[in-house]
Amino acid sequence: MSTQENIHPGMNLGYEGETHVAELKVFGFWVFLMSDLVTFGLVFAIFGTMVGATAGGPGPEDVTNLRSVALQTALLLGSSFAFSWASLSMKYHETRLRTLGWLAIAATSALCFLIVEFLDFRHWLEIGAVPQRSGYLSALWALVGLHGLHVFAGLLWMAAMTGQIIVFGLTDIVKSRVTRMGLYWHFLDIVWVGIFSMVFLAGVA
Amino acid sequence: MRRIAEKLMLTSKNEEERDERRYYGIGLILSVVLTVASFASVMTGLLPRPWIFPALVVLALSQIVVHLRIFLHIDLSRQKREDLQVLLFTLLLLGIMAFGTLWILRDLAHRMM
Repeated sequence: MSTQENIHPGMNLGYEGETHVAELKVFGFWVFLMSDLVTFGLVFAIFGTMVGATAGGPGPEDVTNLRSVALQTALLLGSSFAFSWASLSMKYHETRLRTLGWLAIAATSALCFLIVEFLDFRHWLEIGAVPQRSGYLSALWALVGLHGLHVFAGLLWMAAMTGQIIVFGLTDIVKSRVTRMGLYWHFLDIVWVGIFSMVFLAGVA
Repeated sequence: MRRIAEKLMLTSKNEEERDERRYYGIGLILSVVLTVASFASVMTGLLPRPWIFPALVVLALSQIVVHLRIFLHIDLSRQKREDLQVLLFTLLLLGIMAFGTLWILRDLAHRMM
């Protein structure tokens, strides 16, 4: 563990100038993430009430492809880890190239996650597992879709950070933004742990 | 003199980096082990059926704690802002709202039978 004081959640990248502003902004972002957690938690709760409400339509066994879910889990965890590695390169080596390389791996991994998820969605449409078919499917699409949208937003953010690193270099402002992006990215991985355990694995258990 | 000081700073920085990378590596290994255990409990059929769901809940919660502790650096130390308190308060709110939702709608579904 690093010996320096941690001033905010997530990796502390070591700022040259005022740490106060970075600390405040990261804390504010943490509060936003917690409100996002409430959103996800309530969609989870709605899903919980809809388990079994299949109205004779496709159920958990029909929509769950465990191989695909395992692959998505590995891709998202890999992306999350590559992002940590990008942050560590930023913190200790301060070279753009290494940081950008790990960022590219994280982004590619996340893009593959979205593609595999999209293939699953297409399969669901093919077997008639559309959101309007049953309460279970509405809740499923809402929950998995909401997470997918978040990952997509994260990809856009990563592209923006790549651009900022190239244009501005590793300044304090960029570091603080990367820290917040890291919090967001790990948070999405935590939500995915809930989804693959409670929605897919518990669905077919 | 200055050169020695710089060198010393560099080695401590290298050590710090090695420790932090190792720390993240442990987080990755724990996450992979817990994920594999979750999938195995469902796919292998080693566990008796009634045990699978509780096992999934315990494994998921452990993995969430690992992520929070290692990747998000949320721990019980005191010098930080109220990160942990905000998280716990959010969980309290969620507990009330999510449990309430499940309770009320289950009850309603039961009465509609």
